[in-house]
Amino acid sequence: MNILKLEDLTVYYETQRGYVKAVEGVHLAVKEREALGLAGESGCGKTTVALSILRILPPEGIIKRGKILFRDIDIAKLSESEIREKIRWKKISMVFQGAMNALNPVYKIGDQIVEAITTHYPDVSKEEAMERARKLLELVGIEPSRVDNYPHEFSGGMKQRAVIAMALATNPELLIADEPVTALDVVIQAQILKLLKDLKKKLKLSLILITHDLSVITETCDSVAIMYAGKIVEKGTVHEIYTEPLHPYTQGIISAFPNLYAPRTRLSSIPGFPPDLLNPPPGCRFHPRCKYAMDICRRKEPPLIDSGGGHLVACHLIGSE
Amino acid sequence: MPDPLVVVQNLKKWFPVRLGFFESIFSRKQLYVKAVDGINFKIYRKEIFGLVGESGSGKTTTGKVLVRLLDPTDGKILFEGNDITSLSGIELRNIRQKMQIIFQDPYESLNPRMTIFDIVAEPLKVLKLCSGTELEERVYKALENVELVPPEEFIFRFPHELSGGQRQRVATARALIVNPKFIVADEPVSMLDVSIRAEILNLMFDLMEKFKVSFLYITHDIALARHVCDRIAVMYLGKIVEKGSTEDIVYNPLHPYTHALMKAVPNPDPNADRIEVVIKGEIPSAINPPSGCKFHTRCQRYIGDICKTKEPELKEVEKGHWVACHLYD
Repeated sequence: MNILKLEDLTVYYETQRGYVKAVEGVHLAVKEREALGLAGESGCGKTTVALSILRILPPEGIIKRGKILFRDIDIAKLSESEIREKIRWKKISMVFQGAMNALNPVYKIGDQIVEAITTHYPDVSKEEAMERARKLLELVGIEPSRVDNYPHEFSGGMKQRAVIAMALATNPELLIADEPVTALDVVIQAQILKLLKDLKKKLKLSLILITHDLSVITETCDSVAIMYAGKIVEKGTVHEIYTEPLHPYTQGIISAFPNLYAPRTRLSSIPGFPPDLLNPPPGCRFHPRCKYAMDICRRKEPPLIDSGGGHLVACHLIGSE
Repeated sequence: MPDPLVVVQNLKKWFPVRLGFFESIFSRKQLYVKAVDGINFKIYRKEIFGLVGESGSGKTTTGKVLVRLLDPTDGKILFEGNDITSLSGIELRNIRQKMQIIFQDPYESLNPRMTIFDIVAEPLKVLKLCSGTELEERVYKALENVELVPPEEFIFRFPHELSGGQRQRVATARALIVNPKFIVADEPVSMLDVSIRAEILNLMFDLMEKFKVSFLYITHDIALARHVCDRIAVMYLGKIVEKGSTEDIVYNPLHPYTHALMKAVPNPDPNADRIEVVIKGEIPSAINPPSGCKFHTRCQRYIGDICKTKEPELKEVEKGHWVACHLYD
């Protein structure tokens, strides 16, 4: 059973120079209680996908076409008040990138969590909400008494935990975490990843984890979708993607990874830069950087096809075989 | 042994803690943040020496003190055999020609109101090394060296028009333009995507080979250090807890902290061991560090009172492999 399904989601940003085609024709499904990793370079559209799901795109962002189905509700079609009433935070919530640095420095942590609760459930009294805030802090591994602390009294890892508590304040079913460990040290990163894994199990959450770091996904997720220049280029289980990556881009990012125990080698990289999405290249958007590029890649866009057992890939190398 | 390029002896950097008005009246003692508290190491020619540790372990402070952006509290820094610890004025400026630094965040370390040409040319102007056509030629050459080609396309642009990877190349060009012998690279790729990290690091390797530069590579990512560095020192709360060749550190980590750092590195291979949270909590405050071994509050292999009361010395337990831990007394 899918909890979330994106069908042909296309999101453009309107600029003075034309439309930035940030997300183009994305199909993606998240099963109930699944953890899906969304991986790709900066600017590939992964955060835009998340913002579209919660319908919090900036004013210049437009959902051009496509459906965002939460169970059978199409989020793309709801009005702002319906979203607020039914979806945002109540069903789907998000840990934003760098949110730990966006905590309000002049409010106590507890009050900020209470605000998240009372905004969505105006009937809840402040005392009840504060009690809930204490429980939430305990859940994420912080002393409940620290509701009375200000953000500056928390360390980076604790702030990140508090932000996760805030996202869980209203018992959502789907949690989107955008680069939840990027600015943290390895030791703290390990602690936060473990927390996310534990919470997912305990609260029966579904999870979308957005990151540029495949290793973070391997630690926490069941399946991965690789995005490049606004499109999904490959999707499969964590195992399939790592052991038999089919798309040249996926192969590139996997081999660029430094392995701690491998012999010291020169790291490989993908030459070139991601394309300008105002004018994406025709055909396959990866062809200017692809070492296997053929004539057809410049002309025709490869469809996302099933290479067997649900391992999806969009590449002419696979399609023509 | 060849003679080392940089020698650091018992280096200390203590920052005084500023107190509030009442505290300054009533407290008798000046408190210090002991960011770097007596460390020793040598960096040889054509070597990449890694400094690994969590935020707050003092690795960036060490880097800044080495290039004399901060004045050391105590200890000595020798560069090519000369004591540079207390140089100032023109002598300091001359030594700056030989040592440069690349900062962590390419979004903040480039002046947004200067063009790429001006940014890269600035060290030459400041050090009054050349002007006119020669200056122009050297800037073009520097941009070519960091593969920002053709240079004409970049010189009139501003930092906001470049990607993170390109900005870090500009920062590298700026450091290299004065032909330094030694570069401190402070987390040069931590703000970049995994996929472009490799490119920047390979570029650094190539430049090291080409210009015979030594690097102090500062990072919190021991997996990257493994591929980049010849030797590694692991820092914790201002002290070096373990030091050795990269192979020694990776395949035979002796200090419990090094061990824990390695266990926390996530691996993209689903068949590999998953990360373990070996140490709990976060690095303690450097104002009031734990007594004895500074790591004892988080250590999994705590062996008793000795850890709490006596600070372990950095000892050579195998050839070239040093560790500061009572387990190896």
